[in-house]
Amino acid sequence: MIEKVKFRLNGNPTTISVDSSRILLWVLRTDLGLTGTKFGCGESYCGACTVLVNNEAMRSCQLTVKDVQGKEVMTIEGLAQNGNLHPLQKAFMEHDALQCGYCTPGIILTAYALLNKNPHPSTPDIISGMNNNLCRCGAHNRIVKAVQAAADEMKGGY
Amino acid sequence: MKKDHYLELDFSDDLPEFQLNRREFLRVAGGGIFIFFTVRDVSLFSQEVQRRRSRHDLPSDFNAFLRIGEDGRVACFTGKIEMGQGIITSLAQMLADELDVTLDAVDMVMGDTDLCPWDMGTFGSRTTRFFGPPLRAAAAEGRKVLLVLASEQLKTPPENLITENGFVIDKIDNKKRVSYAQLSKGKKIGRHLSGTVMVKNPSEFKIINKPVLRRDAHEKVTGKAKYAGDIQLPGMLYAKILRPPSHDSKLVEADVSGAEQVDGARVIRDGDLIAVLHKYPDVAADALAKIKVKYNTPPSNLTDKNIFAHLLKVAPEGETVAEGGNLQAGEKEAAVTVEESYFDGYKAHAPIEPHTAVVHMEGEKVTVWPSSQTPFRAKDEVAEALGIPAENVRVISPFVGGGFGGKTRNLQIVEAARLAKLSGKPVQVGWSREEEFFYDSFRPAAVVKIEAGITKTGDISFWDYHVFFAGERGSQQFYNIPNHLTMSHGSGWGGTPGAHPFATGAWRAPANNTNTFARESHIDILAAKAGMDPVEFRMQNLTDKQMRGVLQAAAGKFGWKAAKAPSGRGYGVACGTDAGTLVASMAEVEVDKTTGDVTVKRVVCAQDMGLAINPEGAAIQMEGCITMGLGYALAEDIHFRGGEILDLNFGTYQIPRFSWLPQIETVIMDNINSDPQGGGEPAIIIMGAVIANAIYDACGARVFQLPLTPERVKTALNPD
Repeated sequence: MIEKVKFRLNGNPTTISVDSSRILLWVLRTDLGLTGTKFGCGESYCGACTVLVNNEAMRSCQLTVKDVQGKEVMTIEGLAQNGNLHPLQKAFMEHDALQCGYCTPGIILTAYALLNKNPHPSTPDIISGMNNNLCRCGAHNRIVKAVQAAADEMKGGY
Repeated sequence: MKKDHYLELDFSDDLPEFQLNRREFLRVAGGGIFIFFTVRDVSLFSQEVQRRRSRHDLPSDFNAFLRIGEDGRVACFTGKIEMGQGIITSLAQMLADELDVTLDAVDMVMGDTDLCPWDMGTFGSRTTRFFGPPLRAAAAEGRKVLLVLASEQLKTPPENLITENGFVIDKIDNKKRVSYAQLSKGKKIGRHLSGTVMVKNPSEFKIINKPVLRRDAHEKVTGKAKYAGDIQLPGMLYAKILRPPSHDSKLVEADVSGAEQVDGARVIRDGDLIAVLHKYPDVAADALAKIKVKYNTPPSNLTDKNIFAHLLKVAPEGETVAEGGNLQAGEKEAAVTVEESYFDGYKAHAPIEPHTAVVHMEGEKVTVWPSSQTPFRAKDEVAEALGIPAENVRVISPFVGGGFGGKTRNLQIVEAARLAKLSGKPVQVGWSREEEFFYDSFRPAAVVKIEAGITKTGDISFWDYHVFFAGERGSQQFYNIPNHLTMSHGSGWGGTPGAHPFATGAWRAPANNTNTFARESHIDILAAKAGMDPVEFRMQNLTDKQMRGVLQAAAGKFGWKAAKAPSGRGYGVACGTDAGTLVASMAEVEVDKTTGDVTVKRVVCAQDMGLAINPEGAAIQMEGCITMGLGYALAEDIHFRGGEILDLNFGTYQIPRFSWLPQIETVIMDNINSDPQGGGEPAIIIMGAVIANAIYDACGARVFQLPLTPERVKTALNPD
């Protein structure tokens, strides 16, 4: 059913008229043109479609638009502020913590939510926090180091 | 390696048909100085093809270009694509160093079939080896042209001029200088490479062989990097296509009325191609699910369990890959003989980005944005599917979200092209994960049978090696064995008719993963029979200095101490060669003897790849190979029944995760005076063997089949 759905998207109040039972991933990518959020598996296994909903990392392939009514949604496009990269983005660049880059947006947003909850994670904390995001190129070790470096840089806040 | 077997992909349709002549290129590319050069690889490839197929002429065209623009920026045009392997950085390094410009001044134009010269595809760790040398030579030639132009302008003899950061400068009076931009402005100078241009000596490198971070990282961490699925055109429709349950299925009937009733959905039917198009992909998928369809699928008993017996039954006569000495003489010298069979199941490429393509047909002109490792092949395939001349098709390559060999196959592009023509709209086809598993060209299931013997003193006296269906790459052993025979049966990753129940193809270091698993497992068994430490046994049987050096480097880094296996330590070793590069790895594992679970704690890999253009990028590729290789070593295996693929998603097909990660240490041998060799694949080939050997060392369980699952480890521990 077409209805108006309101939520905040990357800090901006957003209203769209949409069949609210549609999948958030595809509404973000098509109706809203935010293609940084990727399709990988469609069944929540891979994490390429991860977005933040009220600062929680969630799989947008498993959410409907209705699920985010009235909530704060952030995609990878909303992470840099006024052109200034987030420490996680900088750390991923400085550590070459990516190869093909397709899983990267979901990985970075998962790490963002992880650091929100646990600003001083140990290496095992990072590994368990990232474990449900898949990367086929094998950038894992560098990702762990990048997340650690970002946490150090952020000193518990940002 | 006396033969290069990276040509087994059947690219017979793909021969160089470079139609863009120099004048056309000048028109397309605008002003500046143009340097034309030829990639040696193409002519070698064509000779090989001609030799094998005897039906095509050699190409005479230049294969790649670079442009010094009016703004002083340098464009590198390459038919290669960037899929994570990092050539967007390393090719730019080569160009920048030889031309004496900063790395930042180089723009890479990759995989655009209108702007870039023909290329057979991005696979086989070939870019640096074969595209690199002529690229460097072309840049060196470009620098020469600029010196001549500057000499005229500055009225200074060329020998008094130097080049630096995009300027030509008078050595004596450095205020006398002119930028490349000033020199190239408005000029269109084309010249063929003489073939005698000197590239820089390693001692002169400023950018080559220096570690450089990825140049595409900013786009990729901000979500701005465009992949095929991110291409959105006005009026574009997303297509979802009806799929059979099995590769053997025949469509009986389909009732599409349910789909047609979905608002905005268009159903297109062209023979067996039935698709629903909609402006939203999720709505197209929902509509597709409303189609009532009946297939006829013949029953099959063929499964991942009995496939090996089937393959051995249908295997054709073998072809000799290598032979020497006399096997019977070697058998007589042997004090101990070991005969074993090794098995490897089907593996999926499983890139996180599924096969995707956007096709836009405007009149007779077609533009394609695909996820493809073979854009020029895609161009020809689209032209053929649409019945139009190839020059009407332009393929523009966005970033590719992982390929690993799987995106050399372009079925989704042809589907999108057909649907774009039939619908009259731009069409995007993006496969679901289930489609990705179904239509993958899997690494083939394969069997290797080895019989080998050692003398009383631990020398390998004979080696009788037969590989079935993996392909021959990596089957050639490099030990010092006087009597040996290596044969490949059913060579080629595509198999022979009736062999595989679905498509197979090249999977990162094709054939070599299977061959190295078998060879290095068998070498370890021989070492144990000889009562020797597996590194000492290898050294005793190795005369190749380069391989000895790599093995010693790995042992040094690892801190290997000699012990006869099984020592209980869980240490394994394996060596191999791929794409001109030599690798030796050592691993430490822990085995839970109750569950059979294997934890890989540490992997050390030493690699001799000649000159490493970007040591940082090379190390990343090694780490990626080791991490990806954990998957096929420990878990990855396609389950199927006949032509039905039972793995539909990552729930059952497990690929490596963060929690699997060992400590990884890499060593790149200092060999900058040698030609660069492959880097994208070699370090993956040893992963099956090094872990299998470490498992044996940990607990005495010898597993002969990949992946080394807990069940198989338990069975090997308790053979009853």
